[in-house]
Amino acid sequence: MTRPQRPDGFLRRPDVQFKTSRDLQKPMTLIRAGLTLLFLLTTLSSSGAADADLRGIIAKFATVTDFSETGAVVRELTATGDPAVERPLAALADGNLYVRTADSMVLVGKEGDGSVQLFDPLSGEAVGQASEEDITKITVNNTLRRTIRDALGTLTLGSKDPTVRVAAADTMFKTPDTANIEPLDAAIASESVASVKALLEQARAASILVSDKPDADKLAAIALIGARGDRNAVSLLTSVEASASGAVKGAATAAIASINSTLAIWDAGQNIWYGISLGSVLLLAAIGLAITFGVMGVINMAHGEMVMLGAYTTFVVQQVIRTSFPGLFDWSLVIALPLAFLVSALIGLVIERGVIRFLYGRPLETLLATWGVSLILQQAVRSIFGPTNQEVGNPSWMSGSFAIGQLAITWNRLWILVFALAVFGVLLYVMKRTPWGLQMRAVTANRRMAASMGIRTPWVDALTFALGSGIAGIAGVALSQIDNVSPNLGRGYIIDSFMVVVFGGVGNLWGTLVGAFSLGIVNKFLEPYAGAVLGKIVVLVLIILFIQKRPRGLFALKGRAVEA
Amino acid sequence: MITGRFFAAGADRRIAITIFILLAAAIIVPLLNLGVSPASAFYVPAYIVALTGKYLCYALLALALDLVWGYCGILSLGHGAFFALGGYAMGMYLMRQIGSRGVYGNPILPDFMVFLNYKELPWFWHGFDHFWFAAIMVLAVPGLLAFVFGWFAFRSRVTGVYLSIITQAMTYALLLAFFRNDMGFGGNNGLTDFKDILGFNVQADATRSALFAASAVMLALAVFFTWAIVGSKYGKLLMAVRDAESRTRFLGWRAENVKLFAFTVSAVMAGIAGALYVPQVGIINPGEFEPSNSIEVVIWAAVGGRGTIVGPIIGALLVNAGKSWFTGVLPELWLFALGGLFVAVTLLLPRGIIGMWDSWRGNAKALRAASVAEEAAKVAVPSAISKRARSPARNPGEWSLSDPEPQAAE
Repeated sequence: MTRPQRPDGFLRRPDVQFKTSRDLQKPMTLIRAGLTLLFLLTTLSSSGAADADLRGIIAKFATVTDFSETGAVVRELTATGDPAVERPLAALADGNLYVRTADSMVLVGKEGDGSVQLFDPLSGEAVGQASEEDITKITVNNTLRRTIRDALGTLTLGSKDPTVRVAAADTMFKTPDTANIEPLDAAIASESVASVKALLEQARAASILVSDKPDADKLAAIALIGARGDRNAVSLLTSVEASASGAVKGAATAAIASINSTLAIWDAGQNIWYGISLGSVLLLAAIGLAITFGVMGVINMAHGEMVMLGAYTTFVVQQVIRTSFPGLFDWSLVIALPLAFLVSALIGLVIERGVIRFLYGRPLETLLATWGVSLILQQAVRSIFGPTNQEVGNPSWMSGSFAIGQLAITWNRLWILVFALAVFGVLLYVMKRTPWGLQMRAVTANRRMAASMGIRTPWVDALTFALGSGIAGIAGVALSQIDNVSPNLGRGYIIDSFMVVVFGGVGNLWGTLVGAFSLGIVNKFLEPYAGAVLGKIVVLVLIILFIQKRPRGLFALKGRAVEA
Repeated sequence: MITGRFFAAGADRRIAITIFILLAAAIIVPLLNLGVSPASAFYVPAYIVALTGKYLCYALLALALDLVWGYCGILSLGHGAFFALGGYAMGMYLMRQIGSRGVYGNPILPDFMVFLNYKELPWFWHGFDHFWFAAIMVLAVPGLLAFVFGWFAFRSRVTGVYLSIITQAMTYALLLAFFRNDMGFGGNNGLTDFKDILGFNVQADATRSALFAASAVMLALAVFFTWAIVGSKYGKLLMAVRDAESRTRFLGWRAENVKLFAFTVSAVMAGIAGALYVPQVGIINPGEFEPSNSIEVVIWAAVGGRGTIVGPIIGALLVNAGKSWFTGVLPELWLFALGGLFVAVTLLLPRGIIGMWDSWRGNAKALRAASVAEEAAKVAVPSAISKRARSPARNPGEWSLSDPEPQAAE
């Protein structure tokens, strides 16, 4: 094999030179030899020897002619027991391992448009790119893929990183194999972290079930897997139940039944969590509405648009941060919160002073006028930002999820719940502990009396409306994280928020809280049985019926007025 | 008896003129469409006939809403639901008339059912192959829904914005329900691709003219009917409930029955409007249940003048003509215009065009009277005093106007 003289390439990729012993035998220029020596020294000082060995083995991929030879190389790589072989092996399994025709170097490739980005198989450093004609893909078949996967599983059991070991145990649990038992035994013996050890034992139990070990071992294994109690365990046990007989079969059936009953409880828990999550969204959307409705008797149909404005404020804040201060992205929501509050509160104040003020005592007209305002706001946003969805990103602390038992909880939903409760708490404090709240409650209870006592009711009205709108704005910041930010964002929430307010009763924040969470939970519990749409219809019908029974909601204010 | 009153000297001239204009239009427009050559200046193109026919249906819907809102004080934000139900009843008849001419050629099942693998007709589709049955359903379904809904709502004294919100919830629930494919109403796409109505081609000019005439006549009938209700003792009761529900109740009237009657009649009228609307536009889909549609109907009535009979008709025609013009010329601005209309009408024209016209006329009359009085060197009666006296308000909100204070929901 003749290697073309490419000093420039050599300079850019010096470490590649150690790939094969053949390369070292090749005639080299003096400079090259010097550089080689230099790098030999530097790499030797770390894990150089092993590295060179691995590169030697990996280079054999360039010469393989059929799958069995590839398999042999794979096994040789695995036998080194070095975790570093994971990268080339995984790439091989994914069909991403290439041989460069020019110098028969084995490289990991990532297909882009037209060309392939090449990386070093061990270090993962980018080593340039090549067009598709210059490289040959090392092909694999399914048998080979399985070999690689098993090899990787065994290999990563010895990893220093516990998360990698957990992943390996999981893979082996899902793909039990008699061959896994031995490496697992070894891993269990050397495992020091208790939680990982348990997982390894479960993986071993899974492998025992597919082996031809005596029934006693299998029964113990079923007990171990039954204790695991998740869906993977059920699917594994179901396959065991189908193939086994006698005591093993019975034990599997019993274990499945017990797991399923535990899972049902977890499912209920998951539904409750979804319901609470929906409830927190409803609470955020409805609480501002509840304040304005309770204090002023005004149905603000533009409330949803205030939410939408809050979401668009978040979008604008993120745009500014993206272009000017990319480092602040994780803080974007925190920055957007006060701005959204101000934007929505100001617009709310303008609406109150400009429109609603003239319509007091005519709630139905207010409803129509605010509907008109909502159309104008929607179209204004559509004209400025366009009718399409805008992309609002999740900061890193709001992405991803975690699990509690069998519950999957996403961070953004959890934060929104926390946020909704925080907003609720602050509002409760404002209403109950501040002079302004006292005035609001006084006006709610008896407007004329409050006015006689010197409360400036027009100011209370204006500020209450601004507060309600501002709350809607910060709700928009939260909702921008889980919903599409489009001019129609508010429309989706307005009817639901009405339902919450009507159900919970006005003038009472607790009513809104209870209303939001009970509607959310009922909705999510109906969904599995009735489907999402029918569930929603059922909830609407239930509310309509409920209103018949308690026309003023769950927590109605007690009063002696003949009519509202 | 009622007709006697109608032609009596004190009869509302405005109603008579409206009915006359509608009946005249029912005759003249089809004539101008069918009998005049297309080259003539008097020719009315078919699309204008269809468009105005559609507007007349909207006007009927607005009139129906006005009966409950303007005269009984119930702001229904769900009248679009009754309209759509009437439309669906008619649409089902029209679907059955397609017969084997559909894409799949099934003589019994409409196309969408074949597409969705229905084996046989759902039970609620039986009977719709007869026009008389469909016609009864057009009246019965919205009427029954309104009756049941109203019976629950009014008995438990759900009033004001609460009622508005649950009517909105009702139409929203129906919207969601009709979007479902397994409801058996064509799901998302609704019912369309109609061929015949009573054996006549729906697309033909003559049929369109006939539908236009039917809409105009029906609207005229509805105007007369509404007028008859409003002018009767029951109408007085309606307005009494609107203006002071508790007081009416304390006087021994059953306010909930009065409201239930108005609500049901109004729903039936809305159903008829929907039934006439569907063959003219050729489609009915769940979008008609959209709550925003129902709210738009309210603005038609408000623009024209609620609490009047002619007002909603004028409002519906004007707003829809404006909508057609705007969406053709400046589609971007239509929502601004509509939103502005909502705000402007509620702020500046609480009694609509008719109300403004009346008060302007009233002022002119008062001015004339004042000048006459001045000539006679007599002191004119200060108008403020007559205003202070609480004459039975014919227009909603007249009393509360004197008390412009916010009222808490409780």
